[in-house]
Parts: sequence; C-alpha cells; structure tokens
Amino acid sequence: MIDCLYFAWVRERIGAPRERVETSAATVMELVEELRGRDPRYGAAFADLSALRVAVDQELSGFDAPLAGVREVAFFPPMTGG
Amino acid sequence: MSVRVQSARFDAGAELNAFSAGLENAGAVVSFTGVVRDREAGGMVAMEIEHYPGMTERAIAGIVEEARRRWDLADALVIHRHGRLVPAEPIMMVATAARHRLAAFEAAEFLMDYLKSRAPFWKKEIGPRDAAWVAAKDGDEAALGRWAAREQ
Repeated sequence: MIDCLYFAWVRERIGAPRERVETSAATVMELVEELRGRDPRYGAAFADLSALRVAVDQELSGFDAPLAGVREVAFFPPMTGG
Repeated sequence: MSVRVQSARFDAGAELNAFSAGLENAGAVVSFTGVVRDREAGGMVAMEIEHYPGMTERAIAGIVEEARRRWDLADALVIHRHGRLVPAEPIMMVATAARHRLAAFEAAEFLMDYLKSRAPFWKKEIGPRDAAWVAAKDGDEAALGRWAAREQ
C-alpha cells in the first residue's frame, strides 16, 4: 500500500487530497500508468508529466524512482513558494 | 537557526528586531519580506497558499542547511505562511546574519531562490469571480543555476 498525495491543480483534477493505493508498481512511472488506467480523472491530472513534479517519501524525485519500501508518493505542479 | 511554517500573520519588523537582538559577533543582518500583491489584472480578493505538511519543514531545513554550508552564517530565520492571505499581508520572510555583508546578502538571495522553487508551496490567486493557480516562471528555475555554477 502506498499513500498518494495530490496538491494544487493535481488535487483538484483528481478530486481528493490523498488516497491509499494498492499497487505492485515498481516505479513512480508504473504507478502513474496504473492510475491512468483506473479513471479518466487521473488521465486529466497526469496528461503532461513535464508539468508535474513528484516527491517520494517527501524528497523530490524523478518518475523513474523505485517504489520498493516507499510509504508516500506526492504529485504536484512546480512549486511557487517565496 | 529558525524555520517556521504557519498560517498566522506575523510582524516582520518585530521578527527582525528579535532576530537581531539574539546575535553575537555578526556585523551584517539582511532581511527580505515577501508581500501579497494584486494580480496584474487587478481585483484580487485573496491569495490561498497550499503546502505539503512534513515535506515543507524538511525541505526548508535542508535549504537552510545548504546555506550554512556555503556561507559562514551567525544565524538565519525563515518564516513562510500558508492558508488564506489578503493583499498587502506578509507571505514570508528570511533573515540572515553574518560577520560581513556579502555573505548575509548572498545567503538571503540563495534562501529566496530555493524557497521559490524547492519548498512545496503553491499559490492560488482568488478574484471576485475567478481563481487561478500561479504558474512557476522559467526564471525561477534558472535562478537556481547561478548557485549550481558556483558550487565548489
């Protein structure tokens, strides 16, 4: 089980801030593909991966990051702090 | 070193005074305060700032740690708000203290550049009838490049 977190317009498109996902995906990219297949909302949120950032266990990562032992994956647009 | 992530409004002047009062052997104090401004189109009612609790604190602590590695800082302060803010309210502030001004200025700029695109905050501008997420600017990412180029 992995906790998936969504922020900003990713959250709005998916319609939830977080959810627990039962998955055997080996990488973030595989998880994205799996979610895309589940519901069109994910297709809308993950349409352009170049516009998305991902954090694995609260560290910025790439879409090729492995998920073995990972508890939390977050998807969000480029950050706009400051 | 102090990092605070909070929804409550803060008084940048009082914070700067408190920061400065606790210093020893620092000849330079630099501070920056970010303030909610109106949209270019005008009519902004509020700014909503979303963040990623947990990662936010970790990311900022990591950025401050990196600044301390690069510059000999006597102290540093980062305050960043989240939640609903109205125009003219302070969003965030950084303060740095060092023996000499160059280190204090550079470290403050470094903190700002990294907070902008490496701390998990997202701003949404709320108008009277519409709302839109603020898009990151190409320049934000490019600003990090100048620090990478100087990495020893």
